[in-house]
Amino acid sequence: MDSDLKEIHPKIIQALLDTETDITVDDALENEMVLNMGPQHPATHGVLRLVLRLDGETVIACVPDLGYLHRGYEKLAENMSYYEFIPHTDRLDYISPMANNVGWVLAVEKLAGIEAPPRAQYIRMMIAELARITSHLVAVGSFAMDVGALTVFLWTLREREKVLDIWDILCGARFTNSYTRIGGVANDAQPEALAKVKWFIDQFEDNLAECEKLINTNRIFIERVDGVGVISKEEALDLGFTGPNIRASGVAYDLRRVQPYLKYNEIDFDIPVYTEGDSLARYFVRLDEMRESTKIVRQVLDKMPQGEVLLNQPKKVLPHKTEIYTKMEELIHDFMIVNFGINPPPGEIYHAIEGSKGELGFYLVSKGEGHPWKCKIRSPSFNNIQVLPRLLVGQMISDVVAIIGSIDPIMGEADK
Amino acid sequence: MDLKEHVVQKLKEHFPGTNFETTDYRDELTIKFPKEVVVDVCSFLKFDPDLEFSFCEDVTAIDWAKRKDRFTIVYQIYSFKNNFRLRLKADVDESDCKIDSVTSVWKTANWQEREVYDMYGISFNNHPDLRRMYMPEDFEYHPLRKDFPLMGIPGSIPLPKK
Repeated sequence: MDSDLKEIHPKIIQALLDTETDITVDDALENEMVLNMGPQHPATHGVLRLVLRLDGETVIACVPDLGYLHRGYEKLAENMSYYEFIPHTDRLDYISPMANNVGWVLAVEKLAGIEAPPRAQYIRMMIAELARITSHLVAVGSFAMDVGALTVFLWTLREREKVLDIWDILCGARFTNSYTRIGGVANDAQPEALAKVKWFIDQFEDNLAECEKLINTNRIFIERVDGVGVISKEEALDLGFTGPNIRASGVAYDLRRVQPYLKYNEIDFDIPVYTEGDSLARYFVRLDEMRESTKIVRQVLDKMPQGEVLLNQPKKVLPHKTEIYTKMEELIHDFMIVNFGINPPPGEIYHAIEGSKGELGFYLVSKGEGHPWKCKIRSPSFNNIQVLPRLLVGQMISDVVAIIGSIDPIMGEADK
Repeated sequence: MDLKEHVVQKLKEHFPGTNFETTDYRDELTIKFPKEVVVDVCSFLKFDPDLEFSFCEDVTAIDWAKRKDRFTIVYQIYSFKNNFRLRLKADVDESDCKIDSVTSVWKTANWQEREVYDMYGISFNNHPDLRRMYMPEDFEYHPLRKDFPLMGIPGSIPLPKK
């Protein structure tokens, strides 16, 4: 044990020992031990590192250690134009890059005081909801895999592949999409892409029900997650849970409903809420949300208007490439935007969207220059991981991976 | 009465001697106050039955580089009851680079303040666990300060031995 401790920084050990804990174990083995879990542990969803203090098999304290994927995106954002940062948002929550793209451009548009045309907004809604489906598919699949049901992961990833194929048609990239632009989207959604979206949502619910059948009646799965990692409504709020996690604790907080952005106020959908607050409830919320997302996508496809997908505002929005090559005026605007940026008026805004993991917010401060003076990313995973020590305390060591899987952290986002 | 005016008026009534500066930009209300009253103002906003700003979304800082009060701490708070988002600000000068922690008001501020401490080097009084969030514990600099170069400082992080 001592040789292990040398690998852990003394300050982390101190934080672990200082943690107040009122857990008492009945048949204490009287040998507390410190266990280092991660950052290369496969079940920690990336590079999450937990230092656990154990009494026998019971976790009595936990200190997460972040920063293994810290790339300094906030620093980078201060040194590049608003356009240049779009590809970097792909790398935040890399399971649902489209949702981050949407969040970023909405924040910049609010700062610059422009609004995308209606068709672009509908396309953004469609991609954000499909991104939510892909994200929850991975979450549910890997959660089941963490507690030992491997097949589910293969089946949900099969569904996710279909959405990645849609991305491929839509924007030419399967994974890091960078599809949105300030003032619209990169290109109009092609009829074959929309047809494929329609095909996907038509068959998705049956396939999801199939995946569900594998685990919902699986006694091993249910017993491993039911009543594990319970958090009450008040505590979840106080500790900053958002997204599906807080809706599993009985708070109907969904930014699509309480502060509608894009055209969500024109769409009819429900917000699934469970009151149990345990790992099983968090799993059920995600399943229900995928169904709601298909409902939204279906309505979006019906309501999507025709028209432009990029705003015609030369000082703020990059013109189409074909126009740049043929028209002098557009060439000048393109040159100015690429070299000097879009220069939003001095001011500050905070804009948050309901990302796949929770509230994804961008706080931007502009001094009237081409690059933001300050960019803060309010990432949901960061705040969700903060709740982890509270969830783990008092649980068995074998439940740790189940609880991590149930809150679905993505380290690209938590570490920024 | 408009909710924005209501919040400002309540604060002014409750803290008569304090100077509150308000700005309203793009329909977002910002209230700025001296850093000494931060915990009082925050707990008032949270526990007042009319306002109930029970959710702290974010804590961050801005480095103004050459200004007299070099840093500004920014809190984004949200009221479920009124469905209203408010931004609070307090200036911190480099010569007295600390502010009281609001962890006692919102537990979620714990990690958010640690991140500010890591990135800007602003310390928080009465914080339960003030350690670096992302950077290694023995790192000497604060990367989001404007005087930290974008390319990093060579040799500031020792490479692992082979």
